Amino acid sequence: MKNIPVSAMIGLFLTALYFLTALFAPLIAPYGVAEVVGDVWEPSKVEILLGIAPEGFTESDYWLGTDNIGRDLLSRMIYGGRTTIFIATPATIISFTTGSILGFVAAVLGGWFDQVMSRFVDLIMSIPTLIFALVVLSVMPVTIPMLIIVMGLLDATRVYRLARAVAVDISVMDYVEAARLRGEKLAWIVFREILPNALSPLVAEMGLRFIFAVLFVSTLSFLGLGVQPPEADWGGIVKENKDGIIYGIPAALIPAFAIATLAISVNLVADWVLNRTTSLKGGRG
Amino acid sequence: MSDTLVKVRDLKIGATVYPPGEKPHDIEIVHGVSFDLAAGKVLGLIGESGAGKSTIGLAAMAYGRGGVRITGGEVWVNGRDILKSGLGDVRKLRGGEVTYVSQSAAASFNPAKKIMEQVTEAAIVQGKFGRKEAEDRARELFAKLGLPDPDNIGERYPHQVSGGQLQRCMTALALCPEPDLVVFDEPTTALDVTTQIDVLKAIKEAIKDTGVAALYITHDLAVVAQVSDDIMVLRMGDTVEYGSVDQIINNPQEDYTKALVSVRSIEHEEKAPTAEPVLSVKNITARYKGTKFDVLHDVSVDLYPGQTLAVVGESGSGKSTLARVITGLLPPREGEISFAGRKLSPDLDGRSLEDLRELQMIYQMADVAMNPRQTVGTIIGRPLEFYFGMRGAEKRKRILELLEEIELGPEFLDRYPAELSGGQKQRVCIARSLAAKPKLIICDEVTSALDPLVADGILKLLLDLQKIEDVAYLFITHDLATVKAISDNIAVMYQGKVQRYGGKTEVLTPPFDDYTDLLLSSVPEMKLGWLEEVIAHRKMESAGN
Repeated sequence: MKNIPVSAMIGLFLTALYFLTALFAPLIAPYGVAEVVGDVWEPSKVEILLGIAPEGFTESDYWLGTDNIGRDLLSRMIYGGRTTIFIATPATIISFTTGSILGFVAAVLGGWFDQVMSRFVDLIMSIPTLIFALVVLSVMPVTIPMLIIVMGLLDATRVYRLARAVAVDISVMDYVEAARLRGEKLAWIVFREILPNALSPLVAEMGLRFIFAVLFVSTLSFLGLGVQPPEADWGGIVKENKDGIIYGIPAALIPAFAIATLAISVNLVADWVLNRTTSLKGGRG
Repeated sequence: MSDTLVKVRDLKIGATVYPPGEKPHDIEIVHGVSFDLAAGKVLGLIGESGAGKSTIGLAAMAYGRGGVRITGGEVWVNGRDILKSGLGDVRKLRGGEVTYVSQSAAASFNPAKKIMEQVTEAAIVQGKFGRKEAEDRARELFAKLGLPDPDNIGERYPHQVSGGQLQRCMTALALCPEPDLVVFDEPTTALDVTTQIDVLKAIKEAIKDTGVAALYITHDLAVVAQVSDDIMVLRMGDTVEYGSVDQIINNPQEDYTKALVSVRSIEHEEKAPTAEPVLSVKNITARYKGTKFDVLHDVSVDLYPGQTLAVVGESGSGKSTLARVITGLLPPREGEISFAGRKLSPDLDGRSLEDLRELQMIYQMADVAMNPRQTVGTIIGRPLEFYFGMRGAEKRKRILELLEEIELGPEFLDRYPAELSGGQKQRVCIARSLAAKPKLIICDEVTSALDPLVADGILKLLLDLQKIEDVAYLFITHDLATVKAISDNIAVMYQGKVQRYGGKTEVLTPPFDDYTDLLLSSVPEMKLGWLEEVIAHRKMESAGN
């Protein structure tokens, strides 16, 4: 662990910070998530310290100020991060397990299974994901497990395509043929011969997909079909505070900043993992 | 020495390596090599992979490939030290005074441009000729190199000519700008033996006619003996021996050179057929899915327990397809296969675990025949676990026994394939197939990707193992020297048919049919003047021509 490059250190630190904050949100947040503590859009302590607060304000109790109905924005950001990360993570896990396993199996078996799966996935992918999700969620009850499953399965189509493309290349290698001639079952070929050799592109894709999941859940919430008030999430916070931008109030930009830093730090970690796995002895260059 | 064209003094070449888990550091690949080459002479550079022979060849063009740097010494071409020349001078040199012929012409030609355009490009860019003159010269060279229809072949695209022809086009490309020196980097290695002869002959005559000097790089001493005046034997970046062809071939001084000269001297007594064949292939006809062309026609061969059947032929003769049919990867259209007294199901799914266990396969490319993410222990241990249910200490003990049989120590247990040399990789593949306790192992060109000395070791190992384990080999190869060394029976294949089949002595004793004669006479011999003898009494043209 001593050879971690600086970029990966920064990424690891920030990612860990976000995940720990999400995990311990109730202990860290100074106020409750729906607790009204002050006036509408009070300036933040940060603004006062930097001397850029509107005239007449000299002190504030709130690090990031208050939102459109006077709730503490820092607390809502912390709880919102918890919701966002807790939805995006399981959704990514679902999309990767289903997508990659089905993709590998399709590549190994070929024939009608491959045809049926691939055409079905093409069909789903031909409908814009957001619109598809909006339709499904307007019919189904909008609960958090439902959100996770819908997002996970829709994203699995992309992972399926990647996994199949990678595995098709690997499944014609002599060592896979050797395993077939040995009489190995499908599970061994998928998990022991193909998966270890397909890991690098999948890890790279995972970093990206996680961030897409964060953006996706934020978009849904912004449109009102994701996390329902009074629960907070980053997309919801943007929606609630978007009118403030007209008055020069930066509250809506804070979640955007959080998403951006999370995206960069997760991908810094993914890049590092990628470098490590490709330089593994005998890894695919 | 006014006619010395190339003078290399104390050439040192280095590169930076990046081993995982360590700091990058510099290593030296070539440690001070010196030689002279007079105008119109040919110097053969010979050595195993990693000997630095290609690197030295490219250094004659002041070029280092893939991060390789020339770190010291002098390379004089036409009376100036090209390592000290500026980029402009070097640019004039490359493709003008010195040109290059690479191993794989198929990979080196641009598939989207006509041959003529590529052959004349360097000469025109260098300003040696105008387009018209360059094309005339190219046509002249095509004729000199024995290419069919020399006036129009330049109008074809690279995929429209055969491999042997393309290699000759590349030679024309190198000779077109009237260079003083041509660097040939393994120009015939990727070709069939019968095609190799034509290309060798063409190259040799072209060198003689144009009076150009050449550096001829190869790993095959028998080949280099036919074309060179002098030979330099290299090993691990050092000169082992440097002398005239006559001296190197007939009177080698160093042990390493002696080993190279005497390689392929394995003797193997032919065994008589015993009662029941272990594998009996009857009247197999096969074609690939979606094609209307039979790759195999009515092939029948028998293989007896503990013996070796060699299947010989050029690329495209159907010998690897036969292996796919026997393993069940390609169900035949007609015919049947019986194995160990049982009738084998034509496709893989219908075969019992016992069938699969007793019929193992070793591949040509050991690199891709092993999962790069599994250790040697896992690779060898898996068949033990899978077929015999071995676990823990019992499995480990058996793996160590197998490692000992293939002459590798217990320290290899935790290594990954990338940490093994080519020969060691092939040994691990052998151990993996032996672990299943098979009755028959199909060896598909198992030595053709290896250096001659290493290949020799593998063949010896296979013969020893045959004695111990009493396993039969179906040995697929294009290399007749290998066949002579190890087989009991031989099947010569040509265009999907068995051309000649029988015991080794019978097959290798005249009278031959024309194809067997061509094939047998095409194997390079470690003898001066062999090339001329062969060309003098050929009865048919090779297929790749």
